[in-house]
Amino acid sequence: MAEVEKSREAKKQETPGNIITERIRTGRIYMPDVDISEDRDNLVLYADLPGAGDEDVSVTLENDVLTIEAKILPEKSDAHRLSHAEYGTGDYFRSFTINEPIDREKIEAKMKDGVLRIVLPKKEEAKPKQIKIHAG
Amino acid sequence: MARIGRIGLSWDPLREMEQLERDWSNLFSGFGRAAAVKYPPVNVFTSEEDVVVTSELPGVNPEDVDLTITGDVLTLKGTRRRQEIGEGQTWHRRERGYGDFYRTIQLPYNVDSAKVEAKYNKGILRITLPRAEADKPRKISVKTA
Repeated sequence: MAEVEKSREAKKQETPGNIITERIRTGRIYMPDVDISEDRDNLVLYADLPGAGDEDVSVTLENDVLTIEAKILPEKSDAHRLSHAEYGTGDYFRSFTINEPIDREKIEAKMKDGVLRIVLPKKEEAKPKQIKIHAG
Repeated sequence: MARIGRIGLSWDPLREMEQLERDWSNLFSGFGRAAAVKYPPVNVFTSEEDVVVTSELPGVNPEDVDLTITGDVLTLKGTRRRQEIGEGQTWHRRERGYGDFYRTIQLPYNVDSAKVEAKYNKGILRITLPRAEADKPRKISVKTA
């Protein structure tokens, strides 16, 4: 697949309301920016989730749909007044359809410095096999 | 532009502020030209005692960030490194930005640069800038003659 270069997109985007079912919690939901790479063995996904720690993030793979969710509590301070705002704070939500068969037992997800990294190992049968061509 | 009485929505000061900023930048940017996005985005919280500047900088090495204070101006400079991949890997999506950034933030008053603290946690940089003693408002009692 061709590599797509993209310049920095506009600021933090809210998830369009029509792509998620209605939630119980109110508040804003943001769509995290992601990078997805693939090699012979794995699919690797990186998602920017600033403000989220390990305990705030949930990753699920149900059927072919990979869902990333994070719950972020808004920062509150009685002493301070918000005097200038360029980003909002809220939950994160995004889901992807994965076409490759994935070995569910071996999925790994890790948070570091607000970045989620998910490694999705492909099932043996999905890996490309080199076929030797013999000269006749 | 200005909307009066949005029905069914609770008042969200942040949304209001963003809208105001958009309206404001649209005023200068003209048709069909997207307003430049500042990176990294910052929020500024103020009180009489100090200013707190927070910024979303996920996946940045704190050593790659430089903070300087000159008078009442905070400068935020640094690099967000690109995610590299090895041989045999291809990208399907690349939405996360990378590169150098440089921003100056005008503070509401002079700060005590010796007491400034910066912390980086969960991809958020939080800078606490205490107000300079000399700059604090002083109460003057009025005496009767």
